[in-house]
Amino acid sequence: VDRGKSAAMSNLELLFNAPVLSVQLLLDGMLIGAIFALAAYGMALVWGVMNIINIAQGEFVMLGGYTAYFLYRAGIHPLFGIPLAGVLLFILGWLLHKSVIYRVVDKDLFISILATFGLSIVIQQLANQLFGADVRTAESGLGTFFLFGSVVTVAQIKLVAFAAALVVGGSITLFLKRSRMGQAIRATAQNARAARILGIDTDQVYAWTYALNAAICGAAGALVAMTWIIHPYLGLPYTLRSFMIVIIAGLGNIGAVLGAGMGLSIAENFAGFILGTEYQAAFVFGLLVVILVWRRFWLARQRRYLE
Amino acid sequence: MKRTLLALLLYGGLAALALSAPALAPNFRTQLAFLWVMIVFSLTWDLLGGQMGYNSFGNIVFFGIGMYACAVMQRDFGLGYYTALFTGMGVGATLAVAVAALVGSAILGLRGQYFAIGTLGLGVAAGEFASGWDYLGAGSGMVTPLYPGVAGTRETFFYYVTLAIAALTVPVLRRLYSGQFGLTINAIRDDEDKAEALGMRTTRYKTTAWCVSAFFLGLTGGAVGNMIGFIDPRDVAFAGSTYGVWMVLMAILGGKGTLWGPVIGAVIFHVMQEFFWTYFLGWQRVAMGLLIVLTVIFFPLGILGWARERWPERFGHRIEANLAPTEPAR
Repeated sequence: VDRGKSAAMSNLELLFNAPVLSVQLLLDGMLIGAIFALAAYGMALVWGVMNIINIAQGEFVMLGGYTAYFLYRAGIHPLFGIPLAGVLLFILGWLLHKSVIYRVVDKDLFISILATFGLSIVIQQLANQLFGADVRTAESGLGTFFLFGSVVTVAQIKLVAFAAALVVGGSITLFLKRSRMGQAIRATAQNARAARILGIDTDQVYAWTYALNAAICGAAGALVAMTWIIHPYLGLPYTLRSFMIVIIAGLGNIGAVLGAGMGLSIAENFAGFILGTEYQAAFVFGLLVVILVWRRFWLARQRRYLE
Repeated sequence: MKRTLLALLLYGGLAALALSAPALAPNFRTQLAFLWVMIVFSLTWDLLGGQMGYNSFGNIVFFGIGMYACAVMQRDFGLGYYTALFTGMGVGATLAVAVAALVGSAILGLRGQYFAIGTLGLGVAAGEFASGWDYLGAGSGMVTPLYPGVAGTRETFFYYVTLAIAALTVPVLRRLYSGQFGLTINAIRDDEDKAEALGMRTTRYKTTAWCVSAFFLGLTGGAVGNMIGFIDPRDVAFAGSTYGVWMVLMAILGGKGTLWGPVIGAVIFHVMQEFFWTYFLGWQRVAMGLLIVLTVIFFPLGILGWARERWPERFGHRIEANLAPTEPAR
């Protein structure tokens, strides 16, 4: 225990003595955070419109990653994996909605959590059987920028991924604002019953929402495969991160989601550096619990002010 | 009089069967021991999920704590095998209860989906923490000491240990459910705000329930760690996506909110799991995931819940002539 503490302290000192290292952590955090934000935006969409917390979120990310990886294996540039993963995952999301999700839309929230948990286990184990448990990555073949006399490195693919994440997020927002289906989705989110009375086919809206979410996650997954690694078991961490980001940012505000995604990712990078990478994941999920508990006390205080 | 005799006969028969099982089916001793473990899992989950309405995905934390605490006791204190095992299990259970009491009032303040996901995060965080901590062997886990007895008696020994834990759990829970405690946690499940408004100390009851759950899971953890012989932080001790979800599934399958439902669910689940394990090796976890989806969608009431809806008078619900059977509490 003592040794760990002193290691953390010396890492902290290192950070103070060489502030350039923080630039590295910040940059990495920001660039990766945009990808987290993408998956979280999808979760917020499904949560807000359908009142479902989709535990299979991370599994969609994983499948998107494998799409890019297999394109890369086939000799095609993995960047094409972004649209392809989007299309394939849209179809998968549609099918899942038509077979499973529509049955739990109006049920208790715990039922849908458990059902999507079951789906996530099925997808994860299928991926394990079909693709193997090995860690994979899709090489983009892009170079690296060296800043501050090569202390700070920025892989160009991370910049490309950041831009791509913004483009995907932007087009989803545009879709929700402008298109007929987007407007129907937003109307259903506001009041499903009223939307139904006004002639909106809410079942169709739900199918679109769920499929759209899967597509967003798929695109995010393709980016993950290029900038980082993928394996069949990475789903749950992405789901929990998405959940955390949504709680911090609230439903349906893409700017806040992006900010929270980046903030979380930056915090995660700093924690990984200071505590050691072996505790990085423990930090993230511990933070989830802390945020939930803190949110509860904050809400309780709000209530007291109201009274 | 006739009913008590019947019950006595039934319980006596079950007890005789349980006690003689290692002699009757010596090849299945480990599987049968795991059956008792599964029963404890689903009963302790149901104490919160079914009876109190707090659907936890994080009860596995207490199981892992018990397992590690017992293994550390056995490793570091130079006691004899049996002394170390039983003190270890005791220490594990105590530590699990302490953790439950410590975090209980904060975590149990979360409601509904926030509680579900928060406890899910707790379980994953514990697994990640254990796989980073060198004292607990970090990612490579811990190995429990070798069983000193004659070869072949190890399985029998752990069969009786797990049987003892399960046999302790059932009457304790039965006693708890039949009294004021049971009524209070049922009130919390049905409407927590109202229960609080009626003056019930809900936080105290909720924390107590979690501590009871933690106690039995801590005990079980110590035994299972030795039964398996190897403690992996993510796949054995804090195995959220196997044991952690299975306990939920078993309780729902059997009928949550009843005493015997989780037991029935655990038996059915365990038999099915062994079947899948034998005949669909490699695909058994896919099948388990499918089973979760199918159960939740098509059979959310579970076996006893369905039976209660079908024959309500058998479960002590009185039906007025013009009233439909009351829906069992979710």
